[in-house]
Amino acid sequence: MTIRALVAALGLTALLVVLSACGSPSEAASPTEGQAQPMQADTVQAKDLWVKAVDSGMSAGFGTLTNTGSSDVVLTSAASIISSDMELHVTGPDEDGQMVMSPQEGGFIIAPGDTLVLEPGGDHIMFMDVREPVGPGDTVDLTLTFEDGSAVDVTAPAKDFTGGDEEYVPGTHE
Amino acid sequence: MRQAADSAVSRRGFLMGGAAAGIGAMGGVSLSLLTEPHAPDATAAEAPLTTPPTAATPEGDPRVAFHGRHQPGISTPPQAAITYVALDLDETTDRAALRRLLQLLSDDADRLMRGEPALADLEPELAAPAAALTVTFGFGPELVRRAAGDSAVPEWLRPLPRFAIDQLEPGWSDGDLLLQVGSDDSLTLAHAVRVLLKDSRAFARPRWTQNGFRRPPTTGTIGTRNHFGQVDGTSNPVPGTADFDAAVWTHDGPDWLADGTSLVLRRIRMDIAGWDKIDRHSREQSVGRSLATGAPLTGATEIDDPDLDAVGPTGFPVIHDLAHVRRARVNAPEHRIFRRAYNYAEGPDSSSPGQLFASYQADVDRQFVPIQERLSAADLLNQWTTPIGSGVYALPGGCRPGGYVGEPLFAVGI
Repeated sequence: MTIRALVAALGLTALLVVLSACGSPSEAASPTEGQAQPMQADTVQAKDLWVKAVDSGMSAGFGTLTNTGSSDVVLTSAASIISSDMELHVTGPDEDGQMVMSPQEGGFIIAPGDTLVLEPGGDHIMFMDVREPVGPGDTVDLTLTFEDGSAVDVTAPAKDFTGGDEEYVPGTHE
Repeated sequence: MRQAADSAVSRRGFLMGGAAAGIGAMGGVSLSLLTEPHAPDATAAEAPLTTPPTAATPEGDPRVAFHGRHQPGISTPPQAAITYVALDLDETTDRAALRRLLQLLSDDADRLMRGEPALADLEPELAAPAAALTVTFGFGPELVRRAAGDSAVPEWLRPLPRFAIDQLEPGWSDGDLLLQVGSDDSLTLAHAVRVLLKDSRAFARPRWTQNGFRRPPTTGTIGTRNHFGQVDGTSNPVPGTADFDAAVWTHDGPDWLADGTSLVLRRIRMDIAGWDKIDRHSREQSVGRSLATGAPLTGATEIDDPDLDAVGPTGFPVIHDLAHVRRARVNAPEHRIFRRAYNYAEGPDSSSPGQLFASYQADVDRQFVPIQERLSAADLLNQWTTPIGSGVYALPGGCRPGGYVGEPLFAVGI
């Protein structure tokens, strides 16, 4: 089954960015005083997510994540069925001044009220080994996991995109 | 599982709520087709306010809502600039691919009409001001066939019959997917077209592009004029009236086209050099209306009904037997058409400008074709006008937040 067929089979027709928290033990819609700290996944609002369409190999995911809570949130990993290996990347100049991408150690910290902007030429979610073609208009399922182990499932459309041709420099971590 | 965060798309509210202004203000003679109503029911003063098509943001940038019962760009006020692009679908673009394409383009349209960048927009600064941007989608027969099979194609969705006056060029005709993009800001418009074409690139190739312009909506009480100086759009059905609804919106099926309409787009070359040679009296005789005011030669104001029986002192009809207003006249509301014409002036020879004649109607065969047959047979204006492009498109109804234009087509089994 191709990714496209899988996506269709899941009935993900809308381009809406749909989010629902997973792995959250909390039942309260809005935590009240005296209760435990809300799970990080519950305080993150994702918007305008999209993924670069590719036939295979590397791709990237973009959008914004806003911390609507009162404590720091740390995005530690992203996972998707379309790529077994994924990383969180930053983009910056190397020693020669070339813009290159590299893994972000420890994940992305989002302070209360702040918005993490994932965009071409900047921070992004990296798909290292897309196996099946992801065509424009396909929807990609992603799971974003935070420092406290909470996670959120999101859906992002794939878009035809040729901009932001930064070079990838594999990380030295691990 | 519970909602941790919200959809960006659905949370944004509508930017609706302002007053509809100037919808009925566009009056005047259409160059190639003018339908004369029997009763003077279609005046600006009498037009009821319906769903407000536009609302200004706090910054004064007018926005039109993408979501709604009908697609924008039909009953909403015509903007100063328009671009029509027809695309031919790639061989590999099947039903599933078409759905993806329409989802992408609908999302782009929604964002751009809010004055916001599309996803993956590399020039986000060009998205605002929206300047009343509208994006409207039309389907040719091949798109409908691929999406839902032959039986979904309405009988009228095919090239028009050949008219004697036609000198059609394939480079200005037909196409599988039509994009109609209008704005009062030409740079915003160009950016929107570019975004839509980028997202179409994996599915279709542009066939032709036609750019048009008209008087900005703020310019006086006369809607617009054509290159011959004639007032354009007189006696159109007025959006929001029962007559408009009867003339424009689909009511005889197919089901997937509910709340939709059809568009006939004709590119009409105007012989401006030939027009230069005739005197003002002859010019007014060709249409049967005053050039200054658009009033019929038997009346005083643009909204006056022409008196086709009036006879002058010499015993001849005041309005010529072959005048455009007489030949184009239609009485029954369900046989009228809604015109939304633009001018063009591009091309290597600036002495042959013309008009993008856009006609919206529920049924092309019932409404457009009979009028065009009469005009083709005899109309004084034919001496200076030549249709060189022609296309017929089905325009589906509007979509809800989270949906996309053409969605009902994919509910049809094939």
